[in-house]
Amino acid sequence: MRSLGTAPAALVVAAIAQLTLGAQATAGAQTIAITGGTVFPISGPKIEHGTVIITNGKITAVGGASTAVPAGATKIDATGKWVTPGLFNAATSLGLAEGNPQSGGYNESRAKGEKGISASFNAWEGMNPAATFIAETRRDGVTTATVAPAGGSLFSGRAAVVDLNGETVASMLVKGPVAMVGELGDGSEARGEQFAHFKAVLSDAKTYGLRKVAYDNGAIRSMAASREDLEALAPVLAGTMPLIVSANKAADIRAALGIAKQFGLKLVIDGGAEAWECATELAAAHVPVMAGAMNNIPNSFSSLGHRQENLALLRAAGVQVVIVGDGGGLGEDNYNARNVRYEAGNAVAYGMKWDDALRAVTLAPAEVMGVADKVGSLQVGREANVVVWSGDPFEFASSAEHVYVRGVENNAPTRQQMLIDRYKNKPPTYRKP
Amino acid sequence: MRTRSLLPALLLAAASAAAQPGPGALSAPNANPFPSTYTPWPSRPTVIRNVNIFTATGPLIRNGAILMQDGKIVSVGATVNAPANAVVIDGAGKYVTPGIVDDHSHLGANAAPNVWSRSDANELVNPVTGYVWVEHSVWPQDPQFPRDLAGGVTTLQVLPGSGNLFGGRSVVLKVVPAVSVQGMKFPGAKYGLKMACGENPMRVYSTRGPQTRMGDIAGYRIAWAQAEAYRRRWDKWLTDRAGDPPARDLNLETLAEVLRGNILVHNHCYMADEMMQVIDVSKEFGYKVRSFHHAVEAYKIADVLAKEGIAASMWADWGGMKMEMMDGVRANMAIVHAAGGITIMHSDDASGSQRLNQEAAKAMAAGRANGINITEEDAIRWMTYNPAWALGLEDKIGSLAAGKNADVVLWSGNPFSIYTRAEKVWVDGAMLFDRTDPAQQWRTDFELGFVPVNNGGKN
Repeated sequence: MRSLGTAPAALVVAAIAQLTLGAQATAGAQTIAITGGTVFPISGPKIEHGTVIITNGKITAVGGASTAVPAGATKIDATGKWVTPGLFNAATSLGLAEGNPQSGGYNESRAKGEKGISASFNAWEGMNPAATFIAETRRDGVTTATVAPAGGSLFSGRAAVVDLNGETVASMLVKGPVAMVGELGDGSEARGEQFAHFKAVLSDAKTYGLRKVAYDNGAIRSMAASREDLEALAPVLAGTMPLIVSANKAADIRAALGIAKQFGLKLVIDGGAEAWECATELAAAHVPVMAGAMNNIPNSFSSLGHRQENLALLRAAGVQVVIVGDGGGLGEDNYNARNVRYEAGNAVAYGMKWDDALRAVTLAPAEVMGVADKVGSLQVGREANVVVWSGDPFEFASSAEHVYVRGVENNAPTRQQMLIDRYKNKPPTYRKP
Repeated sequence: MRTRSLLPALLLAAASAAAQPGPGALSAPNANPFPSTYTPWPSRPTVIRNVNIFTATGPLIRNGAILMQDGKIVSVGATVNAPANAVVIDGAGKYVTPGIVDDHSHLGANAAPNVWSRSDANELVNPVTGYVWVEHSVWPQDPQFPRDLAGGVTTLQVLPGSGNLFGGRSVVLKVVPAVSVQGMKFPGAKYGLKMACGENPMRVYSTRGPQTRMGDIAGYRIAWAQAEAYRRRWDKWLTDRAGDPPARDLNLETLAEVLRGNILVHNHCYMADEMMQVIDVSKEFGYKVRSFHHAVEAYKIADVLAKEGIAASMWADWGGMKMEMMDGVRANMAIVHAAGGITIMHSDDASGSQRLNQEAAKAMAAGRANGINITEEDAIRWMTYNPAWALGLEDKIGSLAAGKNADVVLWSGNPFSIYTRAEKVWVDGAMLFDRTDPAQQWRTDFELGFVPVNNGGKN
């Protein structure tokens, strides 16, 4: 549990937590036994009075009350608590931005690109592992995130999946790249022109792949994207890397489905305001949808059909659904990436089954991003991304009491907690931290 | 109707007949040139029985009852005496609260769809635009209005944007269908004046000024000094009616009304140090800030806000978007509350406004996580009675008590659960939203043919 003590006590706790973290990072040989809680493995049915064993950062056992607890294990009594995989927010710019370029701060989420295309942009490489919002997000039980480029062009760049604890990008990386990010619909081009442009880029990438020598010899016509961008699209054309297309209007989603079929792409729809209108087509094409559950405003002519039942209707039609932040408030991709659990709760309030909603913020994003062998469920051999909740993780009254990322519980006070501790009593404590 | 070109001529004519100016034709204090035409929708006497009631001013009443009749609350308690013709609703397992009041909205002015022609809230031509009245931008067919009502919001203060030091007059609306904004205006509500601190005016006017925070403060002081001189001229003339009235200045007229105490100041301000400076400016010129809006650093000066009697209208957890928002914390509201400050849950957002109960739940949880015991009754007050106070309407709305307007929400469960939704909403005793009956769900003109209804049709 978070420290509720006075500022000096909190500082001591922080110091100990940091020491502990350092020791774990080097020794890395700790065994933790979480017992007595209601365990939601996601990959299987929930287990009452369940046990989860973590050894050396991996899950080494998941079972009922009779599961053996290794000698010397640190025991966490989770009686009355809910134990889930760490939540996975699949649409963030965590570490890429704090503040706003107009007012200061930094933003590394958008590449200039060439010819309006930046497919080869690896957004996560500019990530700041020390970004303060990462710790706030983790504190609320989100252990894993997709770090993606901001949209705005037909092909904006590539995304990676990271675990939200670590001092370097390399140490946080689960897998990168995991997906290409693109966009269809509203833009500077008329839709007919834009769809043709989108296909021309893919077509040129295909040509490039077949005729690299000719390209290098300059014996080929000019292409719709730079060499690096054409190269980056190769796994997308091979159908091995998902292409996440932001599209809201039903007609745009159908256009994306058509293009995906034509080029054999592994398509994922993001945003999908009107996806419910083509739910059966999405299900038939096995195309997942990433969307929020808190937006019902017809805020453009491309999202007139926005409604909060969207996700429930998609799931009921058999569509793989990933719940992300979308319209529920400010900065749900970053400052409030922590709030993805409330998107899930709202999805339930608007008709989604609770189990499906939990899956949509754990295993479903892991499957869509191709990292389900590492994260997203409580199974032996998976990374030990585990959260012990005081109650239903979607409820406001519940809090994440223990958050393990690869078996490590990092309880260093967050920047926001330091501010609260400084100011919650007057006069404020300006003690040097 | 008068046209813009005719208006000065009419004013001159009225001024020359100074003895008996027509209503609204002069800048007389409290002139009301755009009067409310709102009348309550038809209602039936209604009783909700066997329901848990948050009154906003007292403890939760479990399994109580409430009677609404002729637009007013008749009684609230363990039981009520219902007339024979009353509609009786069984509220078993459900909750009743006052209608939610959002004191920071741009609905109608920044309407949906969010297109250029409906971005109508920021008159970014001059940092001092006390002359604009946001009601003239409000589009009653904004489809965000019925969605807000479905979130339990019955009263909104629509504010101009925050790009200007003085953004203009706000308007208080009832969330009801109407063909004109006058048909939504809350009868008798005072106007507010939107002011803004910090980065927004600095950014918008970076070439002509204010470019800096010192430029912001100077801009306020110059305008208040002019407004005070204007007020004196007009107040003198209104007393002695000697000679021609002073020339009318619609900008200074709004500011002068603040100095007379007839308009309430709603000041967009994030940072503690800026709020402290604005408080000093208000003392220099003799007005009060009614509420600091956004106030992400209110927790740093919670004691000062409490002492000064200035409310803080806050989010549960927004921050980080700008340098001036970098110190946002989730315990902000709880700390302000614990210090005795007037704590308000606001939205500034068409989506957040629909879920102020959820936002309050987050802020309450953050308080508890930091050892500050916020009760559910406290958190209800944050989104009902306290914002009603900020609008000067706490005698009419914001709590459930005999004689108050029957703005009432029936929730499917505890309003602080994420699974709970507003089920029925009454405004002045008239049920204007019923989630269980699509026929009772208001669709704006815009939505017809454009926005699918829930069964997928387009009607």
